[in-house]
Amino acid sequence: MARIGVYVCHCGTNIAGTVDVAAVRDFAAALPGVVVARDYQYMCSDPGQDLIRKDIAEMGLDRVVVASCSPRMHEPTFRRALESAGLNGYLLEMANIREHVSWVTTDVAAATRKAKALVAGAVRRVVLHEPLQERYADVTPQALVVGGGIAGIEAALKIADAGFRVHLVEKEPSIGGQMAKLDKTFPTLDCSACILTPKMVAVAQHPNIVLHTYSEVERVEGFVGNFRVTIRHKARFVDMQKCTGCGTCWSKCPYTAPNEFDEGLGKRKLIYIPFPQAVPNKPVIDRDRCVKLQSGKCGACQKLCPTGAIDFNQQDELVEENVGAIVVATGYSLFDPSRGPWGYGRYPNVLTALQFERMVNASGPTGGHVQLQDGSTPRAVAILHCIGSRDTNYHEYCSNVCCMYSLKLAHLVKEKTGAEVYNFYIDIRAFGKAYEEFYNRVQSEGVYFIRGKGAEVGSRDGRLLVRCEDTLLGKYREIPVDMVILSPAMEPRPDAARVSQVFGIQRSADGFFLEAHAKLEPLKTATDGVFIAGACQGPKDIPYSVAQGAGAAAEVLRLLSAGRVTISPVVAQVAEEVCSGCRACLPICPYRALTYDEGMKVVRVNEALCKGCGTCAAACPSGALSVSHFRTPQVLAQIEEVLAV
Amino acid sequence: MSRLRYAFYPGCTAHASARDYTRSTYATFRALGIELEEVPGWSCCGSTAVPNVDPLLGMALCARNLALAESTGLDLAVTCNACYANLAPTLEAYREDRRVRDRLQRVLDAVDRHLEGEVEVRHGVHILTRDLGLDRVEEGVRRPLDGLKAVPYYGCLLSRPRNPYDDPENPTSLDELLATLGVEVLPFERKTKCCGGSFMNTKEEVALRLTFEILEEARERGAHVIVCACPLCQLNLDAYRAKLRARYGTYHDTPVLYFTQVVGLALGLDRRDLAIGQSFVPADRVLGLR
Repeated sequence: MARIGVYVCHCGTNIAGTVDVAAVRDFAAALPGVVVARDYQYMCSDPGQDLIRKDIAEMGLDRVVVASCSPRMHEPTFRRALESAGLNGYLLEMANIREHVSWVTTDVAAATRKAKALVAGAVRRVVLHEPLQERYADVTPQALVVGGGIAGIEAALKIADAGFRVHLVEKEPSIGGQMAKLDKTFPTLDCSACILTPKMVAVAQHPNIVLHTYSEVERVEGFVGNFRVTIRHKARFVDMQKCTGCGTCWSKCPYTAPNEFDEGLGKRKLIYIPFPQAVPNKPVIDRDRCVKLQSGKCGACQKLCPTGAIDFNQQDELVEENVGAIVVATGYSLFDPSRGPWGYGRYPNVLTALQFERMVNASGPTGGHVQLQDGSTPRAVAILHCIGSRDTNYHEYCSNVCCMYSLKLAHLVKEKTGAEVYNFYIDIRAFGKAYEEFYNRVQSEGVYFIRGKGAEVGSRDGRLLVRCEDTLLGKYREIPVDMVILSPAMEPRPDAARVSQVFGIQRSADGFFLEAHAKLEPLKTATDGVFIAGACQGPKDIPYSVAQGAGAAAEVLRLLSAGRVTISPVVAQVAEEVCSGCRACLPICPYRALTYDEGMKVVRVNEALCKGCGTCAAACPSGALSVSHFRTPQVLAQIEEVLAV
Repeated sequence: MSRLRYAFYPGCTAHASARDYTRSTYATFRALGIELEEVPGWSCCGSTAVPNVDPLLGMALCARNLALAESTGLDLAVTCNACYANLAPTLEAYREDRRVRDRLQRVLDAVDRHLEGEVEVRHGVHILTRDLGLDRVEEGVRRPLDGLKAVPYYGCLLSRPRNPYDDPENPTSLDELLATLGVEVLPFERKTKCCGGSFMNTKEEVALRLTFEILEEARERGAHVIVCACPLCQLNLDAYRAKLRARYGTYHDTPVLYFTQVVGLALGLDRRDLAIGQSFVPADRVLGLR
């Protein structure tokens, strides 16, 4: 015969203000199997838990019901309380009389009645609970970081410094990401490459970091602590052991193509390194355009390479690595402004901010000179904020960084050319440390600020014309300029859908990768052991990306240093003798935890991936699948009692 | 090949100030194998004035005309942007909004009419570019208009706020139609900018300013002709050159032709059948450029 203790929490006035807790307590005391029923102010507190512990010891309780807040709040707390008194933590049932009762009504009679019903159901069900044991799986002491931008670099360095091996996979020929393209960074005007390249070199030289550049992750299998990833090393057609990075090949290559690193502004060779500070500093051959690869002619680079490092027979290579945790830091892309009326692609001298960064960068296509297509220096430059952002036609969100970099670009234009600079803005978002101060500085440098979005860019008399409503003047204005710089929205990368599927990450409505909780878990994802960091999670600046990279490293280190993961015992289980192998459950599992054993013709559950959601058990036509702790008799008993009150 | 047939909704100007547009429409469409039959008993669509004063009356006027068209069993062809901008949205609201449908049905009942909503409203530009298709237009070209530089003026109501085919701010249907004829279509920022419309009657200085800017850009671009698809657009752009000179000191001599006239010329039709020569600004120079 069960010996049940029932504890009704007041939760201060949260519950007691609406539910007659004394009446619920007395009601519970009279239920079958209940040997003691108490009420208390704060059951989750130490004295509250002591009540339970004492009753277990002195009254020989073997089941406990706590009527209080949602189990999402304190189920672990009360489970630990039971364990500390020598009782298995799964012999607990909670009745939620706060979120489900006192917080949804002010009707005391109805609340008390419902609380009684829930308690009755909990009492009936707890009798049927069985003791369950958590189990553990080892964690592979290696990590995978996907994306070699600033967030990924930060995560990799922190994990590696802690003594664990990190595989850093980057799809481009060099790490560095978008930050490598920038000239100066706000608000300090630090040279971007100057602060980034030391970190890039640290990655290259770190004994614990295995760098996979010009590579992509093709497949991820397994579960937290035990991932098996397949990485494709794309063929560079250069032998990385023999190549010394001398540069003979790219200086002699006779052909050019648009330079992606320069955002299409300049040209590069068909064998190339993306930028002078590339890590690794070894070239790659553009396989789609290389004349030798496409038609068998040329081959100049191979003939001239002093170490014989060019190998046109090289193939892509697939490698497999085992890792315990994954950080996805794949970064962002920019909105294409040709979708709107800002003259991009229609008129000359209309650039995106990133293109302008390349222009104003000393190692960019113009050697750092701000110039129009005809080579002359502009006398007036317009910078248009919010292109594609804060715009229900494209993206409703604000892209976080554009106001600040628009101020920075205004400063750089002024400094380099002395031109008239006009910033067309809706609001100035200078929210970070030293950001507002930077805004004041740029204002004092004589930049004109027009509070009105640049609605349209046209041309007149050979100059560009920005049309806007100047809302502070209350007038329509047309400002003639020589160059227009557009600040485009940050967007998810074009392959975000595919990448999210490979890693089991969900996406929010705006397409960025979805964090587990908007406020409190910005780096966890729906898949245990997979974390996100940086702009792939949403538009953000460099300090925030670095912080997220470090935070993701902490998440990874928590797993790797614990050495093992806990596998919850609340999982689906298959009664194999009942399972007919119909496989109706397989496509239903959201966590890919079910597999079909062809030999035995039954379904198996991967208990580490299973989250005990019960969807498969509900779908199983023969009842072979059930979820421990939520077996059919338990659930039905609870329902019967609740309805009987 | 099956012939296209439409019920034709002329609109108030068709038999009056825009009779040249109507004549060229009939001639050009006939040459392309498209039949038009005027909707018997049609009445005003409400233009820009009525919907602003009484939206229900505006929709009721359109609903009646739609009902008349539907009873012919043919889709409705319109060549005026304001008519199109009234008839098409009324039809859409009738189909999608239960309350609009109920109210309009009661109005129609009072005049013994009924609208099922199975008629379509097609603007002349879309009839040529979509229903017929540019390929068929190209097949009919006998006199390619190479050397003719034109800017297409859509007016503010054809593509805005939305239409089935084009970007509202930068439509290309008329551009493509003209290019099919061999015309050099110049970029034209003001292709959908308002000309002032009926403000020419009520607040003339506003409409003159807007019209001036359109004509200025056409002149700057080097256009030989402005091609439009609406009688009121044509009127504002064509008929006030003297007033514009008095106000701004510039005389623009760019002629304004209807797209049906330009297509007709490329098809080899005679200028008299296309009623070229009935506008204020002569287009003879344009004809001499082929």
